[in-house]
Order: sequence, then C-alpha cells, then structure tokens
Amino acid sequence: MKKRPEPLGPALVDSKDDFEKALGETGGGTYVLRLYVSGLTPRSIRAIEKVRSICAEHLEGRYTLEIIDIHQQPNFAKEAQIVAAPTLVKELPLPLRKFIGDMSSVEKLLLGFDIRKKD
Amino acid sequence: MKKTPHEAENGMLALEKTPIGIRGLDEITGGGLPKGRPTLVCGGTGCGKTLLAMEFLVRGAVRFGEKGVFISFEEKVEELVANFASLGFDLLDLSDSGILSFDYVHIDKSEIEETGDYDLEGLFIRIGHAIDLIGAKRVVLDTIEALFSGFSNEMVLRAELRRLFSFLKSKGVTAIITGEQGERSLTRFGLEEYVADCVILLSHHVSNQIATRRLRIVKYRGTAHGTNEYPFMIDAQGFSVLPLSSLGLIHEASSERIATGIDRLDTMLGGKGYFRGSSILISGVAGTGKSSVAAQFVDAACARGERCLYFSFEESQNQIMRNMLSIGIDLKRWVEKGQLRFMNSRPTLYGLEMHLVLIHKEVDAFGPSIVVVDPISNLNSSGSDAEVKSMLSRLIDYLKMKQITAVCTDLLPSSGSLQRSEIGVSSLMDSWLLLQVLESSGERNRGLYVLKSRGMGHSNQIREFLMSDRGIQLQDVYVGPGGVLTGAARAAQDSRERGEILARSRDFERKKRAIERKKNVIDARILALRTRFEGEMEELDRLAEEIAQGKVSSAAESSELVRLRMADKEPPEPGARAHGAKRGSS
Repeated sequence: MKKRPEPLGPALVDSKDDFEKALGETGGGTYVLRLYVSGLTPRSIRAIEKVRSICAEHLEGRYTLEIIDIHQQPNFAKEAQIVAAPTLVKELPLPLRKFIGDMSSVEKLLLGFDIRKKD
Repeated sequence: MKKTPHEAENGMLALEKTPIGIRGLDEITGGGLPKGRPTLVCGGTGCGKTLLAMEFLVRGAVRFGEKGVFISFEEKVEELVANFASLGFDLLDLSDSGILSFDYVHIDKSEIEETGDYDLEGLFIRIGHAIDLIGAKRVVLDTIEALFSGFSNEMVLRAELRRLFSFLKSKGVTAIITGEQGERSLTRFGLEEYVADCVILLSHHVSNQIATRRLRIVKYRGTAHGTNEYPFMIDAQGFSVLPLSSLGLIHEASSERIATGIDRLDTMLGGKGYFRGSSILISGVAGTGKSSVAAQFVDAACARGERCLYFSFEESQNQIMRNMLSIGIDLKRWVEKGQLRFMNSRPTLYGLEMHLVLIHKEVDAFGPSIVVVDPISNLNSSGSDAEVKSMLSRLIDYLKMKQITAVCTDLLPSSGSLQRSEIGVSSLMDSWLLLQVLESSGERNRGLYVLKSRGMGHSNQIREFLMSDRGIQLQDVYVGPGGVLTGAARAAQDSRERGEILARSRDFERKKRAIERKKNVIDARILALRTRFEGEMEELDRLAEEIAQGKVSSAAESSELVRLRMADKEPPEPGARAHGAKRGSS
C-alpha cells in the first residue's frame, strides 16, 4: 500500500520515549499495550491521541504503549494477527483483547481494560 | 491462453487467462481464470473449495512457475500442510523455497471489541506484503466470509470488501476467493456482488444415496464457457473435472479389423471380426456367457500384444480369472505381464458420472486399446435409463475418439425382451451380439447371433455355442423344422444324418450284390447254353462223320456186291467178300 499517506514520523519516536520512560518509572508496568495503525490518517491520529489520553488518565505509571505503523512494518501485522486498523492490543494483563476503531467509544475501552466495572 | 472462437472472430484482444492447471477445468473455462482478476468459488461445506483453490496455487507454482499466496481464514497453516500432504502436496517445501506463502488470519470475535470507526487496512497490508515479498501472481482468500463473523459492522465490511477486490486487481494478481453457499444466494454474504468477473459453483448432489460432485461456471465475463454442470472428483491426485459433454461425433473411423478370439464368430462378422475402435454390445439373459465372449476377445487381444482394461461391476478380479480359467482362458498371465488391468467396483459405490470420471482417468493412465465394461446394465442401479444412456454415449464417444474398442455386456431381463437395450444403448453400438437361451426338448442351450454390425456383411444365422475347456466354440448349424437345432436335438439330428448315410451305403451294397448275383446267373445260363450248344455241335459232327462213313461202306458194299455178282472187274475186298458171303449165305 504505497499510495497511502506518508508514514508516521515524530509521533512514533515520541511514543517510544514515553514507553521507555514509563517502563523506567513503573519497573515493568502491568498494562502492555500495542497500538497498530496504518499510516498517518486522521483516524490513526484520533486513535493515538485517544489511547494516550486514556492511559495518562487511568493508567498513569503502570502501562507501556507501543505504537506501530503496519505500513512500515507489515510483518508486525501478521505476527499480531491484525486485520483491522487501528487496533489496540492489550497483551497484558490477560486475557488478550483487541480494540478496533478510532477509540471514540471510551466506555468500551475502559470496560475492556477492567478499569471501570459494569454498573 | 486460448482464444474463444467468439473473440477470435471479432479480432479483438482476447481476455487474458491464467491457466489453472487442473485437468478439465482449463478446458471448460477456455484456458483458465481471468488473468489479474478475482474469481469467486462458492459451494456448500465440504465440496472442495479449498482444494480447488490450493491446487490452483500449487499447480501454478509447479507447472507455470507462478508464485502464490494463500490467505486462510479458517485453517491454520499447520492444518493446511497436514491436509494437503495426503494429496501429495508438500506445502512446507514450497513455502520454504519461497514459491508459496501462507498466512493464517485469525479472527476471534470474543477478543475483539469495536470502539469506533475502523477499516481492514491490517488485512490489506498483510495481503499486499505477502504478495510483494515473493512476487506472487496468484492469491487465494479462503474463506473471506470469516470476516463477517468477526466484525459486526457490515457496512464497513462491504465497503472494505469492494475495496479489497479492487486492491487485488490493482496488484495484478489472479485471485480465487472462496465463499460458503447461502440459502438463497450463491454465497451467504453475497460476495458475488463484488466479484463480477468469474463465478464457479461447486455442489454436491445426492441422489439415491449416491453423492456426485459437480462444478458449474455460473458466470464468466468476456468468455464463452461451458454452461453445464460437470462432474468432478477429488482423489489422491487432487481435483479433476471432466468436460464430458464437450465431446462430439468427430472421431476417426478405422477400417482395421480385429479378431474376436472365436474363429467362427470372425467368419460370421464378415470373416474378419470387429472394427477397431468400434463399440460392441454383447447382450443376453443371465448365464448366456456374455462375460466369456468378452473374455475370449480380451484374451485374443492380449495375445496380439494389446492392452486391455476391464471394468467389472459384478465380479472381483480373482473371480473372473478363476471362472475364465475353467473355460480355458488364462487371463492371469496377461495381468502379470501388465497387459490387462481389472478395475472392480460396485456400481452403487459412486454416481454414474463418477464412474465415468474414473473410467476416463484409468483409460488415460493405462492407455488400453480395448475396454470392457461388464455389465453396463448394472449401472442402472446408480441412475435412471436416460442418465445411463447419456453416460454411455459420452463414454463411447470418448473411447471412439481415442480409437479404443469398447466391449459392453448387457444383462437382459429374463423375460427375454430386447426392449430395454433397444431404447437404451443399441443405437450407440456398432456391433450387437445377442446371446440367447434356446430351450427345446427339455434343454437349455446357448445360441449366438449377430443382431447388427455396422459396416460389414454379417451372418444372419443363429449359432449354438459351447463353452468347453478350450474356450468358446461355435457349433455346426442344423436347421430343423422348428428352427435351429441345439443340444441333444442337434446331436440327434447329427446321428440321424449319419444313419441316413449309412443306410444309403448299405442299400447300395445290397443292390450291388444283387446285380452281381444276376450277372452270375446270366453267366451260368450262358455257360449252360454254350454247353448245350457244344453238345449239339458234337452231335452234329458225329452225325457228319457217320454220314461220311456210311458213304464209304456202302460204296464198298456195292463194289462187293458187284464183285459178288461179278458184274464188275474190281478185285473184291475181303470184308466185302465175307459180307457178301454172309449175305450170300443168308
């Protein structure tokens, strides 16, 4: 898919820094998250921003977030069984969960993260 | 790339095609699938969609050097590898050498949460990456409908599917997309909407508890294609389709003649036997020796060095060989030499068309010059008369095209009516031998006659034949007042004729002796007459002598008398004197 928008640049680098920072702070945080996006589309950007804000709000200090552009690293898509984009994979804590979409439905995300119990 | 006649006429650029490499399917599609476009293969569960798709890739890789990508939504790669190993496809090897690439797309609804707007870019990227990595020309998506069970937003899915197919086209790959058959539509989720170029439907008919797989090309844009349902089979060699209906009456007609293995039958068939490449029907009621006549022919053919394929729907190979040995036909040696092969199966094992497909396959593999189907009447248990006729006509056409002589035996119902055969298959057959039971004087005997034999003068006589330990022998013909005499009646007639000859010769002898006797009598009579005649002759002589003597003495007497009377001067003879004296004294 070469005709798609340019790959993400700075955003990813930032996220990696965040990740390492977070890793350092929590000493192996409990939430291991990977966000797979395809190119820097508005939808991808929305998803990235949403995930970051949720993590910052609810999982401060106990998460790692890796953002992967499957356009640039298509192998990752195969390995992680990614079909839809964007997909946020919660690898830990188990069970493994995949959240697809632009993460606009925050409630579902929080439910899935077990942060907010069902009322 | 084959051009269809239509396209050739127009002088337009023919639709480019990608050969599938599956026997028969390329013929039906006129050269393969549309190149660079997706094709939908749909059908119910277990009808061979995945196999067709996989074979498309494997054949493409092995035979045409085109690399392929298999995206599986249902089976894991390890499962695929194991499944196809049984068909002799070493997927691991192909994958290791970079010819084929596999990707298992796992979609588990339970672990997926939809949190807003999304697309299927992940899938696109995986497919695109797999294609680019090895430079694939062929792609299979099996079964893409799994997406519908994983994602709930159908609107998005449909839009994405449409995009997927145009994405595949833009990649220039020839793709097969499989889809499960729906209740009212070709596929459960209406995939046919998106794949507009070529749709192939696989189905699995069950009638009379016999299943037949069939394939139909529902649609093929820009190509004249076969529209029928074609039977196909899946066996150890994979997928094969038979374009059975595409055969026609275009075969050569050989004028070579081949002996039937029964000398006198050759004589009946214009003196030389059957035509090569003709079809021969041997019909008769039970126990008239149909198989034996066929076996005799096979034996003769093998002795000439030809190869024969014997399809038996009733008996096992060993049973046939044993039974034929009892009439002096040793088929075992031909089997051991590899000239004769038996294919035994119960007719009910498959549908008619599967039988046909099997026969085709075996004929192609073995390359015989003679094929025996024993008996065709048994096939009726797997289909109606019309179906059997259609199957046989296709079989005969096929064999004729290959210049293979076909011998079919046909069991007639014991009522002895020919009707079924007449309606059924006789018109397909070039030569028709009828074996009959001739019942007379408390016996059942076997009779044979040539009901028809196209293209040759043939005998119109009913001949009795015997099955001896030296094979089948046609007997001499005796026609009595009530028809052909057979069995004991024939023997009786034989001895009667012999008796007549004997009687005649005796008569002659007798007459001869009578004549002899008559001659003897005549001879005897001639002898007697001659004897009498001789006696009479003797008498005559005696008389003549007497007469002569009597003259002399009377002369002497007269001279004596003269002397005595002394009237003459002649000296008297003593006798005459004495006589005279005597006379004188008396």
